[in-house]
Amino acid sequence: MSKKIIELRNLRKNFIVGEVVVHALRGISLDIEEGEFVAILGASGSGKSTMLNIIGCLDTPTSGDYKLDGLSVAGLNKNELARLRNRKLGFVFQSYNLLPRTTALENVELPLLYNPAIKSHQRRELAMNVLEAVGLADRMHHMPNQLSGGQQQRVAIARALVNDPVVILADEATGNLDTRTSFEIMALFQELNRNGKTIVFVTHEPDIAKLTKRNIVLRDGNIIKDTVLNETIHARSLLESLPVNPDYD
Amino acid sequence: MNYTNLFKIAINALLRNKMRAFLTMLGVIIGVASVIAMLAIGQGSKKSIQEQVSKMGSNMILVFPGSQSRGGVQMGFSSSKSLTLDDIEAIAKECPSIKMVSPEVRGNGQAIYAGSNTPTNIYGGNEYYLAIKKINVISGRAFTSADIKYAAKVCLIGQTVVNNLFGENADPVGSYIRFKNIPMRIIGVLEKKGQNTFGQDQDDLLIAPYTTVQKRILAITHIQSILASAVSEESSPAAVIEVENVLRKNHKIRDLQEDDFQVRSQEELVKTFSSISNILTILLGAIAGISLLVGGIGIMNIMYVSVTERTREIGLRMSIGGRGVDILMQFLTESVLLSVTGGLIGILLGIGASNAVGSIMKWPIAITTESVAASFLVCTAIGIFFGWYPARKAAELDPIDALRYE
Repeated sequence: MSKKIIELRNLRKNFIVGEVVVHALRGISLDIEEGEFVAILGASGSGKSTMLNIIGCLDTPTSGDYKLDGLSVAGLNKNELARLRNRKLGFVFQSYNLLPRTTALENVELPLLYNPAIKSHQRRELAMNVLEAVGLADRMHHMPNQLSGGQQQRVAIARALVNDPVVILADEATGNLDTRTSFEIMALFQELNRNGKTIVFVTHEPDIAKLTKRNIVLRDGNIIKDTVLNETIHARSLLESLPVNPDYD
Repeated sequence: MNYTNLFKIAINALLRNKMRAFLTMLGVIIGVASVIAMLAIGQGSKKSIQEQVSKMGSNMILVFPGSQSRGGVQMGFSSSKSLTLDDIEAIAKECPSIKMVSPEVRGNGQAIYAGSNTPTNIYGGNEYYLAIKKINVISGRAFTSADIKYAAKVCLIGQTVVNNLFGENADPVGSYIRFKNIPMRIIGVLEKKGQNTFGQDQDDLLIAPYTTVQKRILAITHIQSILASAVSEESSPAAVIEVENVLRKNHKIRDLQEDDFQVRSQEELVKTFSSISNILTILLGAIAGISLLVGGIGIMNIMYVSVTERTREIGLRMSIGGRGVDILMQFLTESVLLSVTGGLIGILLGIGASNAVGSIMKWPIAITTESVAASFLVCTAIGIFFGWYPARKAAELDPIDALRYE
């Protein structure tokens, strides 16, 4: 039995909108272990974003317990949550969220700037290593507007990796990309996962979810399905099966 | 996050919008430059007035006769003949804080030499007169007590009179001029003093023994005023009181009766004139300060725009571990950088402008370290003060909302 990275116990989250209480999460319990590649699926309003925000320590649950890497998150203050995000988590967003007019390398260095233990030469070295790992060794000094969408998302993934997080949280990371680039990104995620990274991937696309190893489906704040996919589909092989220029042939 | 990084991030953020950063700074630049220039002008005039007053004499104390009323009609300032030579003796004898004392009599008339003539003033004093008024003799000699005793027909001549009667660079020592038809031998030439602050030519004069002026020119026995010199600047208030007491006793003035004389010290004059230029300095400084304030508001405005524009960046920074205080410091560093850079440029510009005004308009200029240091500190304070609210707004954003901000 490997180490539990994420433990959710009877997690509830209520929002008060005007006078109405919205139950976004209605008692979710879930364990994610080290080395898993989990897709969280669900329609809009199913609570998947809320759950990701809580897992990502951006938000705190109304009730219930959440342990990240063995550490209870409930009751931590804002600064402690920020420190936790900095040391243990990596985020990948749908819209990349790279700083404009800032090179890929500097964008990747960003999380390390908030870690005073890391000296500037270390920072550069770590950032270069992860950029190489995502296949952008030759694009380090490019600005985001000089990169394609897929390349920008790779920079964002490198940024999520640079602090060596216990889990990578991806929020619709392929949502802005075309099919081919989506598969390329998924191939990268699969490769990272093969090397031991735990990944939680929120998506509403079942095709993308198939490329992970476990699918959790949310509806109205409850988990309605939790399936482990035994057969791994390689994104690489899907890529090869795609026509070279699907739209213009 | 360490300071070097904060600084780098702030510089990069500002360089992304060079024009905007420059225009924002311009408000501060103009504000600081005008504060420096206005204070330089105000303090320059103060300093020059002080210098002028101190050039008038050494710790001088002036005694004028009081205004006189005759049958209910005010006769005006210095109209009475209440001051006499006895008063001089009494002051010399009984006032320990007084170093030197001299009577002063003055008249005006036409000075004539050969074919040229000029209207001028003649002042009469004793052998201490020149020392009290800080006037030097550059050629020839000053008059002696013998000259005073015999009411000798000798005089010292000011540069303007020399130029008018003898021409530039002439040495008139030994020549005879006539003043109100009295022939007088020139025994010395006075050092040039130039104009005073009030535009009066201080070199258009003759100085003679007071006896000569009293008897031969004005035909009077009283004296028009008394000049005295206090032992030191500090003792001058005490000297004023001593002189008042001596004169009241000498003039037999009873306790509740009004003085028939007025005593003024140079120190008081300096204070009076300084207070005028202090008001001027404050007024000028305040007007300039308002423009600095407007500059600060400009910074605040731009920082608000910047925070709104970069909401997603703030969200991202928070999601990767930036704490509220990191975000606060980042924006605060930016605004302080704007105000301090603007302040430094403004200081240079202000010093340049002050000197330009000084040399073009011939105004006295004094740039003090205090005014430069104060403007610099005010700039930094403005950066922090006006940057604080936008920065706090940024720091208090909710990372989830900020990340979704469109």
